[in-house]
Amino acid sequence: MGKRRFDVTTLPGFTFIAITAFVLLYAPIFTLVIYSFNGGNSVNVWGGFSLKWYAIAAQNEAVQSAAIRSVIIAVSASGIATTVATMAALGTTRRGRFKGQTAIYIMINQPLMVPEIVTAVALLIFFSSIKIATGYTGLGYLILAHAAFCVPFAYLPIRARLEGMDMTMETAAADLYASPWQTFRYVTLPLLMPGVIAGAMLAFVISLDDVIITEFVKSAGQDTLPTYMLGQLRRALTPEVNAISTVLLALTVVILTAFFLITRKRD
Amino acid sequence: MSGGAHGRSKGLNGWLLSLPALVLLFVAASGPLLIVAVYSFLEKGDYSGVRWIFSGDAWFRVLFEKDIFDGTVSLADANLSIFWRSVKLSLATTFITFVLGLPTAWFIATRAAKARAIWLFLITIPFWTNLLIRTFAIMEVIRNQGLLNTALINLGVISEPIQILYTDTAVLIGMAYVYLPLMVLPLFAAIDRFDMRLIEAGYDLYASRWLILRRIILPIIKPGIVAGCILVFVPSLGAYVTPRVLGGGKNMMIGNFIELQFGQGQNWPLGAALSMVLLIVVMGALLLYTRVSSRDDPHG
Repeated sequence: MGKRRFDVTTLPGFTFIAITAFVLLYAPIFTLVIYSFNGGNSVNVWGGFSLKWYAIAAQNEAVQSAAIRSVIIAVSASGIATTVATMAALGTTRRGRFKGQTAIYIMINQPLMVPEIVTAVALLIFFSSIKIATGYTGLGYLILAHAAFCVPFAYLPIRARLEGMDMTMETAAADLYASPWQTFRYVTLPLLMPGVIAGAMLAFVISLDDVIITEFVKSAGQDTLPTYMLGQLRRALTPEVNAISTVLLALTVVILTAFFLITRKRD
Repeated sequence: MSGGAHGRSKGLNGWLLSLPALVLLFVAASGPLLIVAVYSFLEKGDYSGVRWIFSGDAWFRVLFEKDIFDGTVSLADANLSIFWRSVKLSLATTFITFVLGLPTAWFIATRAAKARAIWLFLITIPFWTNLLIRTFAIMEVIRNQGLLNTALINLGVISEPIQILYTDTAVLIGMAYVYLPLMVLPLFAAIDRFDMRLIEAGYDLYASRWLILRRIILPIIKPGIVAGCILVFVPSLGAYVTPRVLGGGKNMMIGNFIELQFGQGQNWPLGAALSMVLLIVVMGALLLYTRVSSRDDPHG
């Protein structure tokens, strides 16, 4: 051990395995990103740096419409999920325990517990009969399904934020004759806003990334970016899929960074 | 009067405010599960869908098959091998992620505050990155002309690429890769609360490092270990994307087998019954988890 101070928190081999784990986590992602800039026509041979595949992906009409569809669904679903999750968080925190509170928690977190393939199958059965009965085959089903599984992801940060807020501000507002609505609008909501934004961001990312439920619920010609990429998969990846993946990856990193900056400000 | 804590009925307001979320979840998540339960007891339709006649056939066919000529009943070997593969691969995934995840979580938790936030963020990025993209990324590495085989050939270790893609090994590597962050995060949370002075006390009493790990650290962080294992095992068992992409259609897991019944298989009741089986196993695992964690955690 030489003269170095003995550090009790160091366990033999742990640091080595940890660094290996990080390398293993990032090496595949970096490979994928690097190959998206490959100028060659084959995924196997490096043909120099190029943005060619980004241009090809951007000009592909199927990719364009899938991207637009992904964004429409993610914005609508995260909007709906964040609204109902905010109300539910207001209903289930800071009012003491009430009857049925645990039942509400369980129901809200249900999408985190049930395997996604099971929910996907359930929605396929349910929505396909509605599609036949009503004749409506629009994006509404996807938005509804996405909104539902986004609820717990929106709920958790909002609830965490609420739990860190005491009632003094609201009590002060009420003492000054603010109506319950005014108190909510001008006191509670602004204080809660970082939690709401954080929740909306997570919901957005979760909706944007979904594959399984979308794959089962979508009608013909309703591909989102992830289901489009899954459909493109043959023996190997096309460089175009690498390019789309890299764009989605970059978007996720940007949103996550913003999420951490927002949630950290509270300290 | 304010509507908050001074309101007439806390419970009523709580329920009313939660109602929109509950209705949404009932319509597009929980409610349809009941339909799946009903469908599993119906007769299969001619092409797809069901006929509204009660039948236990789908549940029977989860485990058994009847010979169409002489009517003898035997175990459905094809189904059993899919179940066995799913359980085996999920347990192996849980084991691998634990072996890699424990040191990783330990490493992060023992960094100084600033560095710790960065390492933690580095674990969180893959956690939130699209599962499909991560599966594609690992596919790039293990395919025949991929990073791994090319590197091994250039190093002279092998002369022909090893066929990893479209095998059970590929599915295992893929699942371990995509679910590793799910193991690290709860382990980190548990180790973060761990009082390092206990290790000092152990050394003072002449315990070896191995003894300290086994007798002090592991028992105390056990709730985190259980949480991590459940969080990895549950999605592994229901995995669909990773086995579909890396298993290449042959090496199905339960999730792909369920999908098959709604696609080419055209047997919705069997698919529904298989979904219920998966749901029951997963709920059992989660129940076990709440039991263990409420027993071990003095605050819970």
